Amino acid sequence: MSLGARFLALAAACAFFELAGSAAPAAEIPLEQRRSGYELMAPETRAIQDDDATNPGMLWVLDGETLWNRKAGAADRACGDCHGDARASMKGVAARYPAFDPARGRPVNLEQRINACRSDRQKAPPLAYESKELLALSAYVARQSRGLPIDVTIDARTRPFLEAGRETFSRRQGQLNLACAQCHDDHWSAKLAGSPITQAHPTGYPLYRLEWQSLGSLERRLRGCLAGMRAEPYAYGAPEFVDLALYLMWRARGMKLEAPAVRP
Amino acid sequence: MARAVVTMAPQARRGEIVEIKTLAQHTMETGFRRTQTGELIPRDIIRTFTCTYNGVEVYRVDLHPAISANPLIAFTTVATESGMLSFQWVGDNGYAVTEIAPIRVE
Repeated sequence: MSLGARFLALAAACAFFELAGSAAPAAEIPLEQRRSGYELMAPETRAIQDDDATNPGMLWVLDGETLWNRKAGAADRACGDCHGDARASMKGVAARYPAFDPARGRPVNLEQRINACRSDRQKAPPLAYESKELLALSAYVARQSRGLPIDVTIDARTRPFLEAGRETFSRRQGQLNLACAQCHDDHWSAKLAGSPITQAHPTGYPLYRLEWQSLGSLERRLRGCLAGMRAEPYAYGAPEFVDLALYLMWRARGMKLEAPAVRP
Repeated sequence: MARAVVTMAPQARRGEIVEIKTLAQHTMETGFRRTQTGELIPRDIIRTFTCTYNGVEVYRVDLHPAISANPLIAFTTVATESGMLSFQWVGDNGYAVTEIAPIRVE
């Protein structure tokens, strides 16, 4: 669908929300009614994701495995030199991110964690967001948590950031004056321009989106949503995005990770 | 990194139909897109894919700009004898990737 058509559809949805129940506050989805976007996909797209032989995200996973074992930076160390076999050491890690980083005093996402390791331990320059290398490494790490339940830690240190993420999720923004929650909490059983509105559970990131013809991070997806709302997208790695990701992961707590997922 | 992945059963009975799935990492840039400043992005696609079974060509595809990035090509062949299947992708800008997969036929 073209961007213009998508904008028109969103504008129509916006007008619809204005008419239908603008007074009703967004309600969180009951835990037992939560659905991964996987369940809303066509059987053909599910089949692509289900088979590693056809899932194009596995190309990035394989690249990530190569990078994991390649020495880099002034320290001339590979990820594997400290962390060993990722299949054991990285199991369940992606399901816990964003996680609190005492050095920064705030939660960091998986990409920031990888880059922190690069600059602190490997003495290598950080990888650019959405670069092939960073996507490959995060896909490889996330792959080790496939099938495990999402389990971010919410405690006294992370709760303020969770609340900030919740606030971003439910705040109206952009020229269309829409909040994330209006689509993804209130109207997830409906359709937008013929496509199902998902519940926005980040269960499969980084994931291969057929529309992108590539693997992409959660933040790329969020930027797409924000642009569609005609709001100014936050920069990659912005605190607002990490807080929002923390809220989304908490919202999807207990759901199984599918990385690298495939989505239309 | 130009990676290609081939998935097939390593052994089969004589006369059995074997399914082969291949996935090649490639952007398949169509040559019709433009940058934000209006310059044409040159075409960069895989042009042909061939599979040979002990030196005999059993499958061939010509690829075109409308084919998606990271093309998945799945096909079948009949297991006739033990040996080697060779897969070759050839494209623009000197792109050439070869993968091999052994098969044991009983």
